[in-house]
Amino acid sequence: MITTAALLMGVTLIAASLLRPKKPSKAKLETYECGMETVGDTWVQFRVQYYVLALVFVVFDIEAVLLFPIAVAFNALSWFAVLNVVIFILILLAALVYAWRKGALEWE
Amino acid sequence: MSFITDLLNIIGNFIHGIIQSIFGFSPFLVDAITMGLAAVILCTFAAVSFMGLTYVERKLVARIQDRVGPNQAGPVGLLQPIADGIKMFTKEDTTPAAADRWVYNLAPLVIAVFALTTYAVLPFAPGIVGTNLNIGAFYVLAIGSGSIIAIIMAGWGSNNKYALLGAFRTVAQLVGYEVPMLLNVLPVIMLAGSMSLIDIIDHQTLANGGTGIPNIVLLPFCALVFLISGIAETARSPFDLLEAESEIVAGFHVEYSGMKFALFFLGEYVNALAVAFMFTVLFLGGYAGPILPPYVWMLLKAAAVFTVFMWLRGTLPRIRVDQMHNMNWKFLVPASIVNLILVMILLKLFPSDAALAQANGGILVTPAVQAGILFASNLVVMLGALAIAARRARGARLAEEEMLAARRAENMAAAKA
Repeated sequence: MITTAALLMGVTLIAASLLRPKKPSKAKLETYECGMETVGDTWVQFRVQYYVLALVFVVFDIEAVLLFPIAVAFNALSWFAVLNVVIFILILLAALVYAWRKGALEWE
Repeated sequence: MSFITDLLNIIGNFIHGIIQSIFGFSPFLVDAITMGLAAVILCTFAAVSFMGLTYVERKLVARIQDRVGPNQAGPVGLLQPIADGIKMFTKEDTTPAAADRWVYNLAPLVIAVFALTTYAVLPFAPGIVGTNLNIGAFYVLAIGSGSIIAIIMAGWGSNNKYALLGAFRTVAQLVGYEVPMLLNVLPVIMLAGSMSLIDIIDHQTLANGGTGIPNIVLLPFCALVFLISGIAETARSPFDLLEAESEIVAGFHVEYSGMKFALFFLGEYVNALAVAFMFTVLFLGGYAGPILPPYVWMLLKAAAVFTVFMWLRGTLPRIRVDQMHNMNWKFLVPASIVNLILVMILLKLFPSDAALAQANGGILVTPAVQAGILFASNLVVMLGALAIAARRARGARLAEEEMLAARRAENMAAAKA
């Protein structure tokens, strides 16, 4: 499937490159910023907020990955196991509340 | 009747037979060829539905906004997608001098491939499925998040400040909304006891020992959150912050033109359609339905879900970045976690299967009663979460109004003095 999709899309790209006109000029190849010349380096410093959110995301994504097998085997679980899973999720909820209180989720 | 219902199966067997008997290949080669054919058909289906959907969406959104929409190319504008295709195909394609050539040129290919690969596990009718993976639901979610890589590639490779800003926003949004999406697929998997999409559909139909109740009745809150996060995942309006034409001129694909731009568009639409199909499979019972053949039901239900997407796009304004993050992390995620815990405990308390009730205790109930209990608990969570959110929002609004009133009074006093 991946190879087929890649082949089909690659063929469209190559076919388009054969069909389309190609007349590059210096002005055309400049970085497009609404007609202004670019100032300074493009790879600017980004907000630290993105980093914090990414960290919170990693925690929850790994939680979800751990929960998927549990969900599949849910019918076979005993009460004791279910309670353990609930406690595990509650710990993560507590982590979310902590991050919230710390202001990690604020965006201004 | 059965001829129409099994039409796709019959055609499939016919082609399989032709390849086997005429060319006399070994069984492995025959399987490989038929799978390749199936992949080509699925990709074509996705690409053609993309062409159709662009037209339908433009027409529908135009009607919602009291316009006519495309009406020049062909009768009532029906040839518009083809005209667009020709234009995209023959348009000059620039690679900015400052761009990182490899990353820049590969990004559209990556997004299109990830979007198309999702279709490999979607079941369109009994037996009509690319491959019946036993981790189907997980596969779709995992592949669906692959588009993030393509978007950050495009944003970084363009070497353009707007594109980079768009890519940052995208990563923060798509990554964030994946959490509620995953958390709300879990209850469905618990009910079905399997991640295979076909098993999930079977659980919602009467024919194969299921309950006959679509999951949206059992888990309305999960369905709602899945729909919201699905729209956010595919970056459609009102969550189209990463494109935001009026703020960052188009986000990560500013620099792209011609066929590469078209591939980005294709990736976006095909992903949105895949989310509509996933919603159909997980919550609406997939291809199950009376009278009509199964593949028609599947397409009809997915079309209905996609119409909701278009309707939202035509009606709602774009939300702000802080509102988007607040909604995700302070509303959807905590509410989903509480809902997940409730569903787990209720499923153990009120099993609908006699053997399970014997093994773990709990009160044995019929599937209908279990559905009623789950529905009630979901409704309680939804209304509770909405009430808390509404109270907090009201408090914030009142505080702001108070502040404004105080400032106004200050200004009046200053003007008098």
